[in-house]
Amino acid sequence: MLEIKDLHASIDGTEILKGINLTINPGEVHAIMGPNGAGKSTLSAVLAGNEGYEVTQGTITFEGEDLLEMAVEDRARAGLLMGFQYPVEIPGVKNVYLLKAALNAQREARGEGEIPAPEFMKLVREKLAYMKMDNSFLQRAVNEGFSGGEKKRNEILQMLVLQPKLALLDEIDSGLDIDAMKVVSQGVNSLRSEDRSILMVTHYQRLLNHIEPDVVHILMDGRVVKSGDKTLATEVEDRGYDWLTEGSVA
Amino acid sequence: MTGVQGFLDQLGARKQLDAEPSWIAARRQAGAARFEAVGFPNRKNEEWKYTDVSAIAKQQFALTDNADFDRAQLDAMMLEIDAYRMVFVDGVFSAELSSLDGLEGDVSVEPLSQALASNHEAVGGALGRLNNVDFSAFSALNAAFTAEGAIVRIGRRVALDKPVYLLFVSRKQDAPIMTHPRVIIEAGSQSEATIIEHYIGEEGAANLTNVVSELFVEKAAHLVHYKLQEASTQEFHIASVHIEQARDSHYRSFNLNLGGSIARNDLVAELNDENAVCDYYGLFFGRGRQHMDNHTKVHHNAPRTYSNENYKGILDDRARGVFNGLVHIKRDAQQVRGYQNNANLLLSDRAEIDTKPELLIYADDVLCSHGTTTGQLDERAVFAMRARGLDEAMARGLLTLAFAGEVLDSVNEPNIALRVERAVAGKLPDRFNLQDLVEAQDA
Ligand SMILES: Nc1ncnc2c1ncn2[C@@H]1O[C@H](COP(=O)(O)OP(=O)(O)OP(=O)(O)O)[C@@H](O)[C@H]1O
Ligand SMILES: [Mg+2]
Repeated sequence: MLEIKDLHASIDGTEILKGINLTINPGEVHAIMGPNGAGKSTLSAVLAGNEGYEVTQGTITFEGEDLLEMAVEDRARAGLLMGFQYPVEIPGVKNVYLLKAALNAQREARGEGEIPAPEFMKLVREKLAYMKMDNSFLQRAVNEGFSGGEKKRNEILQMLVLQPKLALLDEIDSGLDIDAMKVVSQGVNSLRSEDRSILMVTHYQRLLNHIEPDVVHILMDGRVVKSGDKTLATEVEDRGYDWLTEGSVA
Repeated sequence: MTGVQGFLDQLGARKQLDAEPSWIAARRQAGAARFEAVGFPNRKNEEWKYTDVSAIAKQQFALTDNADFDRAQLDAMMLEIDAYRMVFVDGVFSAELSSLDGLEGDVSVEPLSQALASNHEAVGGALGRLNNVDFSAFSALNAAFTAEGAIVRIGRRVALDKPVYLLFVSRKQDAPIMTHPRVIIEAGSQSEATIIEHYIGEEGAANLTNVVSELFVEKAAHLVHYKLQEASTQEFHIASVHIEQARDSHYRSFNLNLGGSIARNDLVAELNDENAVCDYYGLFFGRGRQHMDNHTKVHHNAPRTYSNENYKGILDDRARGVFNGLVHIKRDAQQVRGYQNNANLLLSDRAEIDTKPELLIYADDVLCSHGTTTGQLDERAVFAMRARGLDEAMARGLLTLAFAGEVLDSVNEPNIALRVERAVAGKLPDRFNLQDLVEAQDA
């Protein structure tokens, strides 16, 4: 599904990612944890295609294709979708319109025609209900005036409609109350399947109780310093991060 | 010959009206004299500070008297709407291309020449009442060349079943043409009507259209006025629109500008009695080296009159825009509300806007506000949309449309909205179908 090899990336001349290696197979859920400023969002941004970052070394292969050669929109159409840590407000563009345009762009890339309107509405209504959002969200401008938790739900709503092959979720749990956490996790879990993968960034083990990862990576100072199963998350929750770098100094 | 004298020379060459009434001849002379005295405005003239018309002064424009135009070509260019239609080709009325079938009752829609021939005295009261020859050099020129135009009279209590569609077509000719149409709209008391003035042209048409419109909105009349200007990007388009409003009247203007090399609109509304409401909506979209200038004025001449203005400018490439909006509240015109907003979106580093809101308030118990903003597209939003699979052009198009939304959403003629939408954002998935569907489903 995704293979990252020796990835180096910098912003404004400062190197943030310093040689990342990561492989995600179909059906797997991976979690990335790590201290503030470690480069977790930078990694997601590079995967999504944010042009603010310069990749100076390394390769990323997605479904056999060179991801770094693909435009932002082509990555999304190919099935790599990013759930943002800070979803942007888009005044004047209705949620329903963005959903429809996004879905049609994906279908067009697959050589399918536009989705018939009734079918689209049926699909959207179903996913909306799943995310416990009411219909008025469709008519509202994307994220405009949404609460922090509503924005996160909206990100997952888009995922449910667009059914990505690889969902990148950056701190999807931040700012969620307990009920919203359940709804969002359920949404994410419903995406799980043999041929879909998930890469999520989080600070809290709590999310991982809801969405169980197959692999946990610890990212520190631009490198993956340790990978393991879900017990690694419990371990960092108890002990913090410092022990991971001690001894590796030499 | 070009310049002022070049224009005046054409006066002798123009086609005479049959038995021209003496008052028209007098106005013509007054217009010519005024134009000769003031000449073309230059940039020392405060009203024309940012709009250089020397390209017009330098050009030699001829007059024409034929209205030949291919029907199929026209069909492809005009709005697909059910309306009472009058078509003018380079200012010359074409009965053949017009369609006034079904018009009945106390309404008349006529070419000005015909109205003058049948009863010139009935025209004399209105023509020139709101637009004196000294309003501007171009108004003077229009008076000097008065020949054709449209006159629409809507009787008392008539609610028109269809819009009146005034279509002005500019042809591409070997030599550029000038036209000076006059539009007169009389909306009788308690009447309701929609008027659409539409300016289109063949690609490459480089003519001068210098139109003056005078609109009379009588007691409790409701008039919606679309002016959709989609001339070629080489056309010179100069328009003065004057509105007079009586008690309880409601006038709503949509001034939508997409075309023209130089496009200048002057709007002047006189709110003369209580509870007159004037809404000015405007949108201008300039590309290449287009120059778009809108000067609007609202005169609150009576207490408890209300105006509301929202102009949006979108400028790309090296286009230039000018917005100048005056809200004037006369002495003792108390309890007036006047709101004005102008927002501009610059899509390129080299596009420019000069915006100047003006408030002149001589009463103390009024509510007024004005605001102006200029900005660029939110690049984070462009990225967020691309990250959902929309291509960049569509993401930018949608955001640009969203910016225009406050104005476009008020446009109640879907065909007009669609034209503007396409021009601004390219072809998008069907907005209106989607809207219908969602509304139906929510109900
Ligand atoms: N324009 C910039 N110039 C220099 N450094 C930058 C710039 N933008 C981001 N950084 C730095 O890059 C580093 C990694 O940031 P990133 O957002 O990837 O961290 P993160 O792991 O997601 O942290 P958090 O847990 O706080 O979300 C930070 O130290 C940040 O300050
Ligand atoms: Mg982060």
